[in-house]
Amino acid sequence: MLKQTHKFFGSRRQHAAMRGMDIAAAMAAEAMQAGVEVWLEATVLGLYQDGVLLVQQRERVVTVQVARVVIATGAGEKTLAFPNNDLPGIYGAGAVQTMLHLYGVLPGRRVLMVGAGNIGLIVSYQLLQAGVEVIAVLEAMREVGGYLVHASKIRRAGVPLLTRHTVVGALGTRFLTGVVIGRLDDSGGIVPGSERVLEVDVMCLAVGLTPAAELLWQAGCRMAYIPELGGHVPVRDGRMQTTVPGIYVAGDVAGVEEASSAMVEGRMAGLAAAWDMGFQSPQYPHLWAEAETELAALRGGPVGARIRQGLAKLAAVRAREVAAGA
Amino acid sequence: MLSSNAVAEPADLAAVTPSPERLARGPVAIAECFQQIPCDPCSWACRRGAIPPFVDLNQRPEIDWELCNGCGVCVSACPGLAIFVVDLSRDPAVVRLPYEFLPRPEAGATVTLVGRDGCALGEGRVQRIQDGRVQDRTAVVWVEVPADLAMAVRHIRFGGNGQ
Repeated sequence: MLKQTHKFFGSRRQHAAMRGMDIAAAMAAEAMQAGVEVWLEATVLGLYQDGVLLVQQRERVVTVQVARVVIATGAGEKTLAFPNNDLPGIYGAGAVQTMLHLYGVLPGRRVLMVGAGNIGLIVSYQLLQAGVEVIAVLEAMREVGGYLVHASKIRRAGVPLLTRHTVVGALGTRFLTGVVIGRLDDSGGIVPGSERVLEVDVMCLAVGLTPAAELLWQAGCRMAYIPELGGHVPVRDGRMQTTVPGIYVAGDVAGVEEASSAMVEGRMAGLAAAWDMGFQSPQYPHLWAEAETELAALRGGPVGARIRQGLAKLAAVRAREVAAGA
Repeated sequence: MLSSNAVAEPADLAAVTPSPERLARGPVAIAECFQQIPCDPCSWACRRGAIPPFVDLNQRPEIDWELCNGCGVCVSACPGLAIFVVDLSRDPAVVRLPYEFLPRPEAGATVTLVGRDGCALGEGRVQRIQDGRVQDRTAVVWVEVPADLAMAVRHIRFGGNGQ
């Protein structure tokens, strides 16, 4: 969220029309005001079945015994296999955003963006705002994967969208000097003779995310492979609880989706964990119903079809497991 | 095609454009929002009820051009930067467009007029710029354009970032 400088979609309840970085600041302030203790620069190294978390914070390593834990570790970036894909100058989109927004460092001068999903489109726009030339956005599919409004913003700023194109290879010896791209035919091969070289010093990969679920694996949560949700996701009940009692999930780690849904899932996981610990507020049914309505609205349209399909698959997996266990 | 190159075609635009009579009468908002996505800030930004509350979060905005007075609050409220105000009652016509690059153009500056595909369409003069708290860093640039380009100009260039 801190690296999202654009105004968010969604509805008022998810702070739509506020910029991601401002939403993050507002939510952090809200948490602090509520008395939440925040540990910064802290990494959870392990999550054990007896409810012990191993945490490293700067120079210290501590164990923490928890009654309930909500895992909201997000997602990691996928990458692409092509010759020379380890050359300096080839970045994931998250790294480019970190350089731009946290460190104020330009990754280079001329960028080729790979992937026309929302991340590729948004990061292209942010690069333009930072004064970097984006020479094209490459997309293997026939159509733009992200929101058309994001694509239109960079189109009118002069960035070409090359659909049905892919990376053939990277050029350079010590660092990236160019990228060979090619047009894809109907069977997914390169159209002979369509290869050409784009001279760039940065190639930014925005080819999708996969849940950062290592802690859930380690804790023994049952996982299911659901491509629509980004890969392996935890099997969970309707209350965001995994198959290990006391471990809840929210956001991309539970299935790669939009940030607005992640915020709502976070609220739900928090509500469920609090309820299960005995903090059974009379407001709970209302807050829960509100969150469910919001999620249904966010996922309800054509762009939510894939998520709905993935969640239906996940629910089927869980139903089978419950039946087998009973 | 819109879905592959993100440039609206005449048929896409016809469906979101007010009548010639309404356009001639004065400033009016045009939402170039062609995809059903979960997003509704335009509807609650409008203080005149010209963009009624959404029944479905994924519906597209339907602007009531009789209620719309072209105030332009929706231009900077739209997270997709997809709303523009066009005023064909003036000569030259004025297009108000969302702008998030630095530096901002100054009133009186001559800028390159740019179409939806990023191509230059000519030159125009910046009339004024709204860039206050309400706009929240999505400036609204008022640019004078020849009347026949009012439905084509959707961006400007004048050097600086994002050019």
